[in-house]
Amino acid sequence: MNAYRRLAGGGDVVAEALAGGNDTARDDGPYWEELVSRAREANLLGTLAERLHERALIDRVPEAPRAHLAAARIRSEAQETAIRRELRQLARALAEVDTPIVLLKGASYLCAGLPNARGRVFADIDILVPKSRLDDVESALLLAGFVTTHVNAYDQRYYRQWMHELPPMLHVRRQTVVDVHHALVPETSRMHPDSAHLIEAARPAAGMRFSVPSPADMAIHCATHLFCDEDFSHATRDLVDFDSLVRYFAVAQPDFWERLLPRARTLQLARPLWYALDWSVRVHHTPVPAEILRDARRDAPALPLRWLMNGLLGPALRPTRGRASTRWARRALYVRGHWLKMPPHLLAWHLTVKAFRRENASGEDGKSADAKPDA
Amino acid sequence: MGPIVARIRSPLAPVHAAIARHYAAHEVADDGQFSDFPVTVAPPSLARRFIRPTVTFRLDDAPVFQPLPAEQAFALLEWGLNWCIATQCHQYLIIHSAVLERHGHALLLPAPPASGKSTLCAALVARGWRLLSDEMALVALDRGDVTPIPRAIGLKNDSIDVIRRFWPDAAIGTVVEKTLKGSVAHARPPAESVARQHEAVRARWIVLPHYAKGAPTALEPLSRGAAFMRLVDCAFNYAMHGRRGFELLATVIDAAQCHSFSYGGDLDAAVRTFDALAEAS
Repeated sequence: MNAYRRLAGGGDVVAEALAGGNDTARDDGPYWEELVSRAREANLLGTLAERLHERALIDRVPEAPRAHLAAARIRSEAQETAIRRELRQLARALAEVDTPIVLLKGASYLCAGLPNARGRVFADIDILVPKSRLDDVESALLLAGFVTTHVNAYDQRYYRQWMHELPPMLHVRRQTVVDVHHALVPETSRMHPDSAHLIEAARPAAGMRFSVPSPADMAIHCATHLFCDEDFSHATRDLVDFDSLVRYFAVAQPDFWERLLPRARTLQLARPLWYALDWSVRVHHTPVPAEILRDARRDAPALPLRWLMNGLLGPALRPTRGRASTRWARRALYVRGHWLKMPPHLLAWHLTVKAFRRENASGEDGKSADAKPDA
Repeated sequence: MGPIVARIRSPLAPVHAAIARHYAAHEVADDGQFSDFPVTVAPPSLARRFIRPTVTFRLDDAPVFQPLPAEQAFALLEWGLNWCIATQCHQYLIIHSAVLERHGHALLLPAPPASGKSTLCAALVARGWRLLSDEMALVALDRGDVTPIPRAIGLKNDSIDVIRRFWPDAAIGTVVEKTLKGSVAHARPPAESVARQHEAVRARWIVLPHYAKGAPTALEPLSRGAAFMRLVDCAFNYAMHGRRGFELLATVIDAAQCHSFSYGGDLDAAVRTFDALAEAS
């Protein structure tokens, strides 16, 4: 922990408040402003609200920040209703396709009734299907009113030939988005986990046509998504997920620890799991047994690289976008993420195409903005 | 401003001046007080401060919109704060509507853009109606009343000159040309409206305004069903509240008289119509 504080430049106000270690009830304007602002940045306001409710601390929060927590709760509850409704629609759309369909990430936490689903905000539903059934799944979704996004030819090729998922599919009327995956990491990646293992071990989700990954696979996928992706803007939230998953499964699933590392090695995802365990302990004091940590370290990178990565991960995992250290660390990890994703010649080609396209598009479309000023 | 405290940081002198002009009557919070929205309006980079200067609006250090030309900095701040409230403050049902008060009752003018809502709102304020908001009705989920959030009144295009003529005392700031919404200027809210910004009011009149050049001034009764559908269309976060939102809107509509109002630019006649409405009930 001390090392993390040193690396990251002080305590992490959001992690401390989520753990309940600090005195949340204090009537301290700047403290609450910092906490609400950082939690909002990390998309963790709903999670924070739920945890304060569970600990019966919410009534002791000063009125002004409490309004934000109440608003975040209203939002996450509305979203849960919307996601459940969308899952019913999706089940209907895919009823005729004879294939296992595994929910990933947010939707799987929700359907498995896991504690980290409470208050968690997400918009898209991610599903994993065997690659051999990808065409059938896509056809069924098209028939049900979903359309493919990213219609330009390069993007289509990028997704279909190199990535681990189809271009996001958007429902024309409901405006909901489904990401259809056939693998856990891009086809072009240096790692080659076999998603068939994950699909095989998946468990039925209560009362639904879908299934959810086994506990070990869920934790491993969370770690992979967190540490292999090039985008670290959601890393703070993903690490909170990982901590919560591990804490829950360690109690609810007696053989969780025995299975975790062998499973990660089978899937060739032991490296990201090592990062996740290490950083979850540093940031959230996750109770990982000492022998598990020792065993997991066998898959850690060698020392110089480990130092470099730790130097980047400290600031990158913090919800402090305003700080130069966080911004630069995330930029460096963005480059690393692309490096992992594609071999160099492909990467060079991809970045060239993207650079030229941005140049052509600038001044015409403002699509990358989050919203129009009209909102 | 009303229930919201914003911590605004900006290195730009015109932004400081515009805040001083339009928010002269508002309180300044202590530095140690909780602020709801720490925001900045600043150039995205050092280069952009000097070469084709642009500005970015940030909440929690995250940019919210595409950068805009530097002249539009204050308008961007206003739009940015609207965005913050509309996307975050779900403790209210938020309706895109002007809200005014007379004799302790609120008048809601829910409307899509370009229906003459802000012009009408400024005209009524000029003739003594209290301003709760020219942009959004914050309906409290538990009480069903409307919380004031008096801010600078946004005026667009032709209505800037119309209001200058109609309200010679108005403190109207710099006109910014060629924004996404055309020419934009802001008018300072009256000090009395700001002083009473913590007095929530129940809606008594819900009036759907419609501007058509040269149309006669006419106030017509409207069915509650039609008014309900307009409020749903104009609400930013209706879906978020599910059944509770439906019931809340039904309660608000049941306690109000509903009308549609069309006018063609005769603001004197418009104000007379609303004054008569207020006196009659």
